[in-house]
Amino acid sequence: MLTPIIELDQVHFSWDQAQPVLDIPQLKIYPGERIFLHGPSGSGKSSLLNLIGGINTPNQGNVSVLGQKINQQGSAWRDRFRSNHIGLIFQQFNLLPYLSVIENVLLPCRFSAKRRQRAISRYGSLNSAATKLLEQLGIAQSMLNRPVTALSIGQQQRVAAARALIGSPELLIADEPTSALDSDSRNAFLQLLINECDHNETTLIFVSHDNSLQANFSRVISLAQLNQVEVM
Amino acid sequence: MKTLLMLALQSMRNRRLTAIMTILAIAVSVTLLVGVEKLRTGAKVSFSNTISGTDLIVGARSGSVQMLLYSVFRIGNATNNISWQSYQDIAANPKVAWTIPISLGDSHRGYRVLGTNGDYFKHYKYGRQRHLKFEQGHQFTALHDVVLGAEVAQKLGYQLGQQLVIGHGIGNTSFSEHKDQPFKVVGILKPTGTPLDRTLHVSLAAIEAIHVDWQAGAYIAGSGGTVPVEERQLQPKAITAMLVGLKSKMATFKLQRSINNYRGEALQAILPGVALQELWAMISIAEQMLLVISGFVVATGLFGMLTVLLTSLNERRREMAILRAIGARPWQIFLLLVLETGGLTLCGILLSMVMLYGGLGLTLPVIESQFGLFLELDWPSRYELTLLAVVWCSGTLCGLVPGYRAYRNSVSDGMTVRI
Repeated sequence: MLTPIIELDQVHFSWDQAQPVLDIPQLKIYPGERIFLHGPSGSGKSSLLNLIGGINTPNQGNVSVLGQKINQQGSAWRDRFRSNHIGLIFQQFNLLPYLSVIENVLLPCRFSAKRRQRAISRYGSLNSAATKLLEQLGIAQSMLNRPVTALSIGQQQRVAAARALIGSPELLIADEPTSALDSDSRNAFLQLLINECDHNETTLIFVSHDNSLQANFSRVISLAQLNQVEVM
Repeated sequence: MKTLLMLALQSMRNRRLTAIMTILAIAVSVTLLVGVEKLRTGAKVSFSNTISGTDLIVGARSGSVQMLLYSVFRIGNATNNISWQSYQDIAANPKVAWTIPISLGDSHRGYRVLGTNGDYFKHYKYGRQRHLKFEQGHQFTALHDVVLGAEVAQKLGYQLGQQLVIGHGIGNTSFSEHKDQPFKVVGILKPTGTPLDRTLHVSLAAIEAIHVDWQAGAYIAGSGGTVPVEERQLQPKAITAMLVGLKSKMATFKLQRSINNYRGEALQAILPGVALQELWAMISIAEQMLLVISGFVVATGLFGMLTVLLTSLNERRREMAILRAIGARPWQIFLLLVLETGGLTLCGILLSMVMLYGGLGLTLPVIESQFGLFLELDWPSRYELTLLAVVWCSGTLCGLVPGYRAYRNSVSDGMTVRI
């Protein structure tokens, strides 16, 4: 039996005692899965992602990522674990405005030695890793040293995807990355993202409101059904 | 760490206008601080350089500071004179190497006239044992010769050979002048940066000569007799003070004691160095205040930086969240801001050094000629370096405030980008 890459077991989470945010009896995600996670706002998506990312720990229960109970580790360990194994893409404004395109992409390799090594062993050098990833995501060579503010939002999101994927993290969390894109670039972006996840053997958790995208994913999880807390 | 430094630099470059303004504010305030400190020490050095090589100053009994003021700084007046007899007694003491008599009381257009003899030009020293030098001409030889200090010659525009009249008493507009006996400029001294530049020097005999017809403070023509002054024996009866140089410094205190106990009249001998210290201690309250004020200016500069950083923090919340998502630890976010304030302060300090030394280099001649202050453009003193270090540390410590806030934000925001 395959070990899940993410396993939540009897997880309770709240910011304060009076208002529970999450109550998830069980959630298992297996390596290579393409998860579409949806739920209305306020259903606890951010909290769930913060738990998986190791930013927060549950009040009760266990969160395991890659077979490790990360809630039992210290915050330093979790920060390091996140930078080694998890790539993230946000809804918008993913990039540091004062760095060039390629510097933004290389940033995770500066914080994680593990991802730096993987990128080098796979592509020979950091620069070729970044260039290759960007090329596969449709960012032309000529843009590499441009400031990121010169890019369109669609291009920015693709740069963010390259950054999340460099050094082949086991897990990619994309938090509504397409909501700022128009429908054409949305589909193009999604295809590129899924291709690259396949290519890097990365498990994808894709959070979105847009149910029309569901068809591209291997499993759809509704947080409203998963979470036992009544949404007020 | 290297990454953080790179990020801090790049981030600052992105906000370069505010960064440059912050650096400028710090630089200007630090320039003021160190500049005040430099002027202060420069003034102190100039001040204590006014007289050197003189072991004792002897005058009528009064306060030591007062004696220093009238004999060296040409400020105020002597309470009493010392007799020519006492002068000769002290000069004849076997421990004494040289003496310089000083006779004050007259002036020329606000500048003091000092009666002395040739020993003055031979033995008077200032600064680091520097002798007086002539810019033009030579010392007085004839009865009505006058040697001008550099400033007197420059401000009043006197040339060699020009004639001038000495006023009786001190004050800018003297009502009674020694018009009957005009003096001829025979020498102009090089600038010394001391009150000497503002002095006219004549012989003791000349002082006697111009007072021949003066009785009880009033001029009565012919009252002094009809013998021409050139043919008279112009021996002074009294002088104002005398400077004494000893053969051996070891004898200083002994001679001082014996002069203080002199039986002929009430004399007092002071050590110029000690009196200078006393005088400086009185003035130093003002210069301390100056330093305190410039300290506050630096504090204002640092507060400015703090304000700018705290204001920018909200806009940079997203930046912090991105860094957190990539794996930056909260303390690294904290460090990022401390690095920034440390870097800004350091740049400000370096720029201030450029401004200070550049500015001093440009204005040094003006400061010298206008204020008689001789500043030396050497490396920052240990005290100045300490000041700079204190500024840098406080600047870096300022980073703790925005650093802590960013830390708190990044812990609570986590990977969620809030705007």
